[in-house]
Amino acid sequence: MTEEREVDSASFYQFLAEKKLMASRCKKCQALFLPPHPICTKCHGNDMEWVEMKGNGKLAAFSAIAVGPSCTIEEGYDRDNPYLVGIVELDEGPKVSGRILGLDARRPENIKMGTPVTVEFLEQEEGRRCFVAFKAQ
Amino acid sequence: MSRRAPKLGRGVALVGAGMSKFGAFADKTSRDLFVDAFNAMTKTVDKGVKIEDIEALYVGNFSSDLFEGQGHIAPIMADWVGLVPKPATRVEDACASGGVAIREGILAIASGLYDTVLVGGTEKMTRLPTERVTDTLASASDAVYEASCGFTFPGLYAAMATAYMARYGASVEHFMKVGIKNHNNGALNPKAQFNKSIKDLMDSRIEKAKQKGEPVPQWRDELEFLKDPRANPVVAWPMRLFDCSPITDGAACLLLVAEDLARDFSDNPIYIIGTGQGSDHALNERKDLTSILASRTAAKQAYEMAGVKPEDIQIAEVHDCFTIAELMAIEDLGFFKPGEAFVATEQGVTARDGAKPINTSGGLKSKGHPVGASGVGQVVEIWHQMRGEAGPRQVPGKDIRLALTHNVGATGGTCVVHIYQRR
Repeated sequence: MTEEREVDSASFYQFLAEKKLMASRCKKCQALFLPPHPICTKCHGNDMEWVEMKGNGKLAAFSAIAVGPSCTIEEGYDRDNPYLVGIVELDEGPKVSGRILGLDARRPENIKMGTPVTVEFLEQEEGRRCFVAFKAQ
Repeated sequence: MSRRAPKLGRGVALVGAGMSKFGAFADKTSRDLFVDAFNAMTKTVDKGVKIEDIEALYVGNFSSDLFEGQGHIAPIMADWVGLVPKPATRVEDACASGGVAIREGILAIASGLYDTVLVGGTEKMTRLPTERVTDTLASASDAVYEASCGFTFPGLYAAMATAYMARYGASVEHFMKVGIKNHNNGALNPKAQFNKSIKDLMDSRIEKAKQKGEPVPQWRDELEFLKDPRANPVVAWPMRLFDCSPITDGAACLLLVAEDLARDFSDNPIYIIGTGQGSDHALNERKDLTSILASRTAAKQAYEMAGVKPEDIQIAEVHDCFTIAELMAIEDLGFFKPGEAFVATEQGVTARDGAKPINTSGGLKSKGHPVGASGVGQVVEIWHQMRGEAGPRQVPGKDIRLALTHNVGATGGTCVVHIYQRR
């Protein structure tokens, strides 16, 4: 029963490993939170439940990263091989940060705001946790 | 529940301000830089200050732990300027560490606890290779939910820039014009890391190519230079190298005293009449990606406390860690309507000789951005400008009575605003 897991980051990443993008929802005012807040910032209620996002949304902001942190250099990215990150507004409402796939990171000027995207789950090397990505449809 | 309007328990004045040179100094630690700043500050106290007059230290520092392998720096800074055994406190709010340290110093005096407080900021960043500096700066964003997918600190501002472009029709050239303006100011600031205009930098590259007998670049103006990826590579599109503040070593110090003691120290003190601070969610949780709630919140508090309006402010030092950040700052501060800052910048309104000079010091972009010291360094510029001591970069034709500083932590999780008055 997924609903019974603690509302915390460990559960969020456990869900991601199971290929589920989960938000927390306030049982009192129905506000949705992603990342999953344990206390509702709208009505301050603390009775939260997990709810799965369908994973469809639109690109709301992005960047093509040419100078990345150590972990993406290890993935093989550099100035000549940039990668995309972005903020996606999900159909359900919340916005999520994630890696952006399926668009040309070398031609960021051609990327259209509002491009429809769908969630993907990227696994890093063994022992490291899964993270959120979105692929252009 | 209604709340009374916030006000200080008693007035606070600035009676001294100084900074180290900002730059890359292989042989200097954060404490050496702090001592340089302290010595520069004491020279500006008109009637002098004795160490025994100073009752406490608040020092802004983001990450000496990761940058230098040195935690717990406040007592070291206190010791190196002779303050031990007086209380010394480190303040960490990412790039707003310095600004928040100032606020803590103000609150300590306003409460009546101290009459005289040393406030400083120091950061030594250049010891680490760039990718580890990137890692360290990324730790100021949400490490659990934001940085894990590969978002860097420049990347988060770049994302705000794409939202701003899409919403208001600004182009990358508008960002470049912020950098050109700030470098024009920094060229006149001997303490700046890059005290060269973009034009100077372009001309020296052309000269170097000629001397080496290499193909001479055919840039017609600064914009062509900045659009050339060989001269100005992308860091996080649409932010290029010259849209980003540099990696910097530096420190700055201020002397704050209770208002009624100001004339004991200074012939021309500057009074701090407004202080405000706010917080904001991680970037992805914000309703509006083109504005920072913490900035608007801090500004509103500071304006209300000071009893002034944005149009009353004559000059401001704002947090231009990236060129897009300056545009958002001057909109969030109410100097320009949302979506109008890039047009105003293009028209020269924010230039040193414009109606609303912004970042006359060169800003973080040109002066340098030693993270925890930057918020304190901003006040050093305000001090010189308000006292008419800014030399060749003194704002022309203005008797500056009201000024403002705006200091942001990371992507806006923290913002602190102060308003200054000369009487």
